[in-house]
Amino acid sequence: MSEYNPNQTPVKRPFSLQLDLKKFEPATEAEKAQHETMRESTTFFRDGMRKLFKNPLAVGSMIVLIVILATIIIAPMIVPYTYSGMITVDGKRDKTAKNLPPFTYSKMEQQAIDRGEKIFPHIFGTDELCRDYFIRVIYGARVSLSVGFFASLIVLIIGLLYGSIAGYAGGRTDLIMMRIVDIIYSLPDTLMVILLSVVLDQVLGQSLQGTALASIGTNMLSMFAVFGLLYWVGMARLVRGQILTIKNNEYVLAARAMGARPRRIIRKHILPNCMSVIIISTALQIPSAIFTESFLSFIGLGVQAPMPSLGSLANAARQALQAYPYKLIFPAVGICLIVLSFNLLGDGLRDAFDPKLRK
Amino acid sequence: MDNAARKKKEIQLIAACALSVVIFAVGWFTLRILSAKILLGVVLVLICGTLFFSNDTGRYICKRILLALVTVFIIAAITFFSMNAIPGGPFSKEKAPSAAVQAVLEERFHLNEPIGTQFLLYLEGLLQGNFGISTKTGREISTTIFESFSISAQLGGYAALIAIVLGLCFGSIAALNRAKAADRVIIFFTTLFVAVPSFIMATLLLLVFCLQLGWFPIFSTNNQSYVLPVIALMLSPMSYITRLTKTSMLDVLGQDYIRTARAKGVKERQVIFKHALKNALIPVITYVGPMMAYILTGSMVVETVFTTGGLGTKFVQGISNRDYPMIMGTTIFLATLMVTMTLISDLIYKVVDPRISFD
Repeated sequence: MSEYNPNQTPVKRPFSLQLDLKKFEPATEAEKAQHETMRESTTFFRDGMRKLFKNPLAVGSMIVLIVILATIIIAPMIVPYTYSGMITVDGKRDKTAKNLPPFTYSKMEQQAIDRGEKIFPHIFGTDELCRDYFIRVIYGARVSLSVGFFASLIVLIIGLLYGSIAGYAGGRTDLIMMRIVDIIYSLPDTLMVILLSVVLDQVLGQSLQGTALASIGTNMLSMFAVFGLLYWVGMARLVRGQILTIKNNEYVLAARAMGARPRRIIRKHILPNCMSVIIISTALQIPSAIFTESFLSFIGLGVQAPMPSLGSLANAARQALQAYPYKLIFPAVGICLIVLSFNLLGDGLRDAFDPKLRK
Repeated sequence: MDNAARKKKEIQLIAACALSVVIFAVGWFTLRILSAKILLGVVLVLICGTLFFSNDTGRYICKRILLALVTVFIIAAITFFSMNAIPGGPFSKEKAPSAAVQAVLEERFHLNEPIGTQFLLYLEGLLQGNFGISTKTGREISTTIFESFSISAQLGGYAALIAIVLGLCFGSIAALNRAKAADRVIIFFTTLFVAVPSFIMATLLLLVFCLQLGWFPIFSTNNQSYVLPVIALMLSPMSYITRLTKTSMLDVLGQDYIRTARAKGVKERQVIFKHALKNALIPVITYVGPMMAYILTGSMVVETVFTTGGLGTKFVQGISNRDYPMIMGTTIFLATLMVTMTLISDLIYKVVDPRISFD
């Protein structure tokens, strides 16, 4: 190709179908640069993260979750009250601080303030046993979140192990393992959770007394046991299905044909491809675990008495709903906000990382 | 080859039929109650049916019903044995009756028999619709269940119906006005409602509409207003159906046959109702089973909040009273109901869309 020279372009003959090259002009450098569409190479993870951060709902829910997390970690350090103890003024129990509305002080506290002492405000008021409600809601959110997190972790571990064994082994092992999963899957889970919570509560309560686990509370432990017994089947099915489809893909065959070791195939081809789906489903498991926990707490099978959870707080608020509606509003908003954020974050993760939705 | 295989299958079938006739005859004379005899007959017919039907649908239906029966049996077994694992019998209270009275009571309730025999006796009772006697009220549990279930059934029925109808409407509207204001509003509210647990929704509705605004009377036996409980129950399933319908509707609207119908000049209304909605309904059918399970468990808390006196209320009362026969009976009853619902929705799905297979 020679340099462009406007005088050397062939002249269009009249009535010919030839293009008139005189009408064209050379592209400028800026225009040429536009055509260089080479993107810098990205990994699957980085590409997914980029998409995730472009999704305003996912980013918003992440911010909300971070704020909630920061609050429930930092607030107990700042607020000078405990979730189980009565409010005290100068070391004396303050029996006047009963059912205070938000940001008010009891008579004893008012007297103390008048004396010039500083008293930390009751941001959400107090409950009927003179306990600071804000710190109870904070601890409730702690309990609910940790239940959601650990339950999902248990589900993830058991489901991942079981599903991958069934998927790899194949054949008769797979058949038998999956029939067991089918049967557990067809049990109505909420009813079984209630039943097992009732039973484990009684059975564990006897054998746990005096051990370190007793402080967590039998109901919490039975809840985890229930999740470990029942909820892993969905994850196991998912993992097995993923491994089965990926195992039969052409690129795995190609890798095997080129002499790749099984370890390399698992690490490089199978794991990265099913990881995204597993992470998404774990993220969506957390809100459902929080739902179940609050449901159980609500019908009186949740965490042990002085320890609050958002569900049990909402349940307790029903006793005096008309007089103190704010006691319902705070834990209710807490549950909804946490669940909503996790749902939206999970949806965002799915949109960003699920290869099937890629366009 | 084909002939030989067919012959082999015929021999298998004849053998199975002969064997089941023998088993049935033996069962007819050994089993004491009529419903057990009928059940045995049904099971044998179904087992023969899985061998007999060469087409996929017939085999699927037989296998599915068998699996449901097995599931109900397993639920009954889990319930019975886990409840028996709880330490302490029904008559071991602080005020223990005399040894003679205890012996008579144990004789009366077959507590002196080995646990296997007790289980068989319990199953026998279940088949006759006898769920035992409540340890708290002393009433027949079956009477309590059937009396209170009529209220729950009405509540659940209304909630399911409204959820399906509204969900389909909103889902279609959202799909047809994709990315417009109507779609945004509908998706916003459905995302919100999915994140609100039913007990919180119920308590909030009670607080706002009964206590604050006074639009609805508080639920009592002589003043029954189902409006609020039904709303509290249906919002979450409705939101789920809306999202499901929207996705499947968008999927269907992108298909070629819709374009063909439009190209042929079919009216838009007919395209939507006859071609699009009919096909978009299929995924919704699969959700009906889980939705009934959700509504039945949701009705426990909703009924507790509104004190409707339905089965949910009775169940939660049984849990807080630790009334084990009541918990057992209600669990088995509700679980059977849920399994049946799932079975029906799966069978309808299979009949409507024969492409799915049972594995």
